[in-house]
Amino acid sequence: MRTTGAKALVAELNSQGMHVAFGIPGGVLIPLFDELLAAEKRGDLHTILVRHEQGAAHMADGFARASGRVGLCIATSGPGATNLVTGIATAYMDSVPILALTGQVRTASIGTDAFQEADIFGITMPIVKHNYLVKSAADVPQILVNALHIASTGRPGPVLVDLPMDVATGEFEYVAPTGPDLPGYRPTVKGNARTIRRAAEVIAQAKRPLLYLGGGVILSNASDQARQLAEKLNLPTFTTLLGKGAFPETHTLALGMAGMHGCAYANLAVAECDLLIALGARFDDRITGNLAKFAPTAGVVHIDVDPAEIGKNVPVTVPIVGDCKSVLQDLIPLLKARAEDEWNRRCQELKETYPLRYEHSDEVIMPQLVVEQLYRATKGDAIVVTGVGQHQMWSAQYYRCTRPRQFLSSGGLGTMGYALPAAIGAQVACPDALVLAIDGDGSFQMNSQELATAVQEHLPVKVAILNNGYLGMVRQWQDMFYDKRYSGVDLAASPDFVKLAEAYGAVGLRAERPEEVPEVIEKALKVEDRPCVMDFRVAREANVMPMIPAGKSVDEMRIE
Amino acid sequence: MRHTITAIVEDHPGVLARVAGLFARRGFNIASLSVNETHREGLSRMVISVDGDERTLEQITKQLHKLIEVRKVFDHVDNDVVERELGLIKVSADARSRPEIIQIVSIFRAQIVDVAEEMVTVECTGGSDKVDALIRMLRPFGIKETARTGRIILVRGPKEG
Repeated sequence: MRTTGAKALVAELNSQGMHVAFGIPGGVLIPLFDELLAAEKRGDLHTILVRHEQGAAHMADGFARASGRVGLCIATSGPGATNLVTGIATAYMDSVPILALTGQVRTASIGTDAFQEADIFGITMPIVKHNYLVKSAADVPQILVNALHIASTGRPGPVLVDLPMDVATGEFEYVAPTGPDLPGYRPTVKGNARTIRRAAEVIAQAKRPLLYLGGGVILSNASDQARQLAEKLNLPTFTTLLGKGAFPETHTLALGMAGMHGCAYANLAVAECDLLIALGARFDDRITGNLAKFAPTAGVVHIDVDPAEIGKNVPVTVPIVGDCKSVLQDLIPLLKARAEDEWNRRCQELKETYPLRYEHSDEVIMPQLVVEQLYRATKGDAIVVTGVGQHQMWSAQYYRCTRPRQFLSSGGLGTMGYALPAAIGAQVACPDALVLAIDGDGSFQMNSQELATAVQEHLPVKVAILNNGYLGMVRQWQDMFYDKRYSGVDLAASPDFVKLAEAYGAVGLRAERPEEVPEVIEKALKVEDRPCVMDFRVAREANVMPMIPAGKSVDEMRIE
Repeated sequence: MRHTITAIVEDHPGVLARVAGLFARRGFNIASLSVNETHREGLSRMVISVDGDERTLEQITKQLHKLIEVRKVFDHVDNDVVERELGLIKVSADARSRPEIIQIVSIFRAQIVDVAEEMVTVECTGGSDKVDALIRMLRPFGIKETARTGRIILVRGPKEG
């Protein structure tokens, strides 16, 4: 059958289960968008027009995190493609499976500094799991199949496919690909039986074991197994920012999130444990602080699908390369049940002695209060999406998650502006879910234009802005370590967010005093057909506590 | 310490950039690099010499394995290898110094492949140490230019690498 590159691309996307795309067209993409229109009319693929390509990338990312499927974003050549870079890097750092499709100038023009030409293949090389520049239309089907396979297997990650205009229009005789053709790519799924047995021995001997769950547990869909492990051995369990929801934070064994702004009791437990069972986590510096002083008395069992992470930052007693779910299924039967003991009581004691705390006020809205009230009003059941900064940390501390894919946050790259577009992506992936973006006034302004996208698509995402008029996290550092020499953090002249929301056709609500908060939330939860922005005017100089300053360890943790 | 790593890669456009980029962004310093076709179609051999300690070597090897187009990686740490490099050295040489230079070249079993009034070009093949040593011996005469291929390696015996 004769077909074109663009037709084959859309057909292959469809047969691989991709039914939504987020993007913006441009000159070189017009042939592809013609096919996307045809697909739209057939009901095969819905293309959502966004307002900035960075938004498209974050939408694909939020879609992927919320659903476990590969998200798809599309941008034209040159500036369209370069606008995807931050979003692709965000996905790369957090191992999120997205496919970024970029238009490119005609093959004959490549390298001539043509209009809207950018070497996006070269630019994204360090921030993708893999990328392709398609040279001929006949290559399209196999490349698509390969790209999706790479994005979604092993340690997931973004894959970019750069499609020159003449390849999109080029004709060829279609041959269906039989599957991925990647002889050099063989991710390990099943863990080595001998090392799993060794791990079981080491775990059995531990007196103060701790379970450390990272984002990999969620990527592997292993939260049931993680819970089985925790409960069988009565393991006190903490998560990373990306692991939130891998284990229910309301569980008695849960120690919440550890790390720089994690719960004090989690960090203290890590300092006292004699074995860390690390699942799908990479010992990132936000968790470890000063590596030399991290978990000084602990052995480490490290289970991860990426062999390069094992032993990268921390020496490992038993390394197991494999898919978390598969490894746990092999490991758990080898372990004997453990009763609750002294160690459990010690962790409980730490929890009771060092709870999260903040100073309440009757006059001024405390940002932590907003998160607590949002948590209660949504019954802890919303999909929570955050930007980056203080609000992100308060959301992580006070919104307790009970299931995976419930907390979407840019952890590795720390990208401000992530919240609104990622929330849109999550809402598209989960149309019946309550999607709540908790954002900062600084972060929100980086991609606020996507309110238009949400309105156009009738997406009832809720956006709670913890508005303190500052780039809060930087202000906090300047407050704590630079004698309050505030530099470049004063967000004056921000728009009236209520008016801004209404200008886009969304609902805007504001609370300026603590007693106004519940009603604003209640009203927001009732809006069903369009986004709703809640402007919470919060205390200007609240600080996120506890805090282990960068490069320090738990003995220098500040509780207030 | 200097380590030599061999990567067998798929011969696609950009694969050299991918590998070089990987080294650069992780701070692994490439001392030399040789890339060429192999006897197997579609596969190239990259032989890369890097400076670093054991941990660095381990990370490099693991990161290389993650690249989709890399089929195999050999770190040669425990291998018995044949190691060779070719160097071309342009040395100042006049009628008076030429005999001594010729003597040195002969001792190293190297060849003179170009001669003019003021200079000779020497070709030397051997272990990288040998090429280093020849350059040291020729330095007093005045080295005008050197071009080296970088080290290539094959494992001794029937094992692949």
